[in-house]
Amino acid sequence: MSLSTGVNVAYLFAAVCFILALKGLTSPKTARYGNGLGAFGMVVAVVMTFVNRHVENLDLIVIALACGVVVGIPAARMVKMTAMPQMVAAFNGVGGGAAALVDIADFSKHTHVGVAEWVQVAVVFGVIVGCISFSGSIIAFLKLQEVMTGTPITYKGQQAVNALVGVAILALGGMVLATTSSPDLAIMAGVALLFGVAFVLPIGGADMPVVISLLNSFTGLAVAASGFVLNNVLLIVAGTLVGASGTLLTRMMSQAMGRSLANVLFGAFGKVQVSSTGTGTGGGEDRPVRSASAQDIGTMLAYAQKVIIVPGYGLAVAQAQHTVKELADALTSKGVEIDYAIHPVAGRMPGHMNVLLAEADVPYDQLKEMDEINPEFPSTDVALVVGANDVVNPAARDMQGSPIYGMPILDVDRAHQVVFLKRSMRPGFAGIDNELFYDPKVTLLFGDAKDSLSKLVSAVKSA
Amino acid sequence: MTGGVLGLVTVFVLAVFVGFEVISKVPSILHTPLMSGTNAVHGIILVGSIIILAGANSTTQQVLGTAAVFLATLNVIGGFAVTDRMLEMFKPKKKQ
Repeated sequence: MSLSTGVNVAYLFAAVCFILALKGLTSPKTARYGNGLGAFGMVVAVVMTFVNRHVENLDLIVIALACGVVVGIPAARMVKMTAMPQMVAAFNGVGGGAAALVDIADFSKHTHVGVAEWVQVAVVFGVIVGCISFSGSIIAFLKLQEVMTGTPITYKGQQAVNALVGVAILALGGMVLATTSSPDLAIMAGVALLFGVAFVLPIGGADMPVVISLLNSFTGLAVAASGFVLNNVLLIVAGTLVGASGTLLTRMMSQAMGRSLANVLFGAFGKVQVSSTGTGTGGGEDRPVRSASAQDIGTMLAYAQKVIIVPGYGLAVAQAQHTVKELADALTSKGVEIDYAIHPVAGRMPGHMNVLLAEADVPYDQLKEMDEINPEFPSTDVALVVGANDVVNPAARDMQGSPIYGMPILDVDRAHQVVFLKRSMRPGFAGIDNELFYDPKVTLLFGDAKDSLSKLVSAVKSA
Repeated sequence: MTGGVLGLVTVFVLAVFVGFEVISKVPSILHTPLMSGTNAVHGIILVGSIIILAGANSTTQQVLGTAAVFLATLNVIGGFAVTDRMLEMFKPKKKQ
């Protein structure tokens, strides 16, 4: 009795740790502490699970735990910084898979015994959501890892097919509740796995972080469902926390990209394309911007004295680090002084740019940190912004009330000329318009960063 | 039994509100680490996986349970380790 109370108190303690961990993760100062607290709560919860319980299969438990540790630690420690998003996807997927397996195992145990209806509902829900999260995350992983193409995979009638698969899942779910048969549950799980694949295929690589966040909250809900199945309050609390905060985070992330979640998930069907004339989809503003040909910009760069390159997420998406190095080399051979300005959070992932540019053999001493490079912009002829937006948005400095107000930025607006290489007029990650685009000293070159850069390389060489 | 469900549902509903409230304001630079951190937290399914395997009494259940414990362990270890690596980058750099 007292032992079981002890276990429940420990579970409560772990739940509080998780809440404080998420709270901590919302501020840079407390984030690491928050993560540590979450890990501590996890250890407490797992250890206490062995207390006051008749444990069978201890050997299997220990082996499975050991295998997980042996595979998990190197995978997490050795992966490159640039591959982090797909690692999150992978680790999320296995969590969803585990939740589905737990529900299936519990279901198979009780098939012939009278089990309350609501437990069956929780099983069906948990298996569906867990399976979607599992297979969806795997597709997200494969796309980001470039095992399969990162571009949206679409075909005619895709929406109808997906809707049909969705309806089939619901019908099978109803059937499982009626028959309580394990084979039916297995078929339903299989169709749910299929749905996860079909659902992520049409989504492009750049939108993947949003999808991973959504699947993350799916896994949270699947875990909460397992909590109902096992009558375990800690699973319900932790799973629901993730489900709720993950949903909110997903919304914030898609808003930060200036798009609705529906647009991210189903956008590929509508083929939201931006024409090269410079009229964009996002923002909703129709003010004129100045765009120029690669030839004109190449000439401008070739006859500059000093150029500062500002890389951002667009560079990472286009995998254009080698091409940007090529452009820098071409300019250097024309006697232009080149530096790279690295914003601490350029690329949505801290350290993203340093890793990418190091891979392209950009000399380390050309990578300048923000505080070091900012005083140099006023004496710079051209600031060349490659696929970055928020980190150079003067609103962060000047516009009180802007969502990014107070964020330190690279002062590219103080350079004599600014060139943006952009895919579209879509706002950056923070989802706010950039006044700078409408500044007369700013020129935009629309297109994929890699294409634009290689056009600039030939323009510079011929200048 | 109904009382039991109601208790669980109460916990669930309260947790939804806590989940929404606790991350009301997140700077966009922390979106990815937060996603990774919440990812680690749902690794709590490890507790459920252990419960299942500890009570497994057929081969099917042993197989399912062992697979679940393995996958959940990956989720926990990978989740916290990846988050920690992301957050390492926020440490102020030492001046040379």
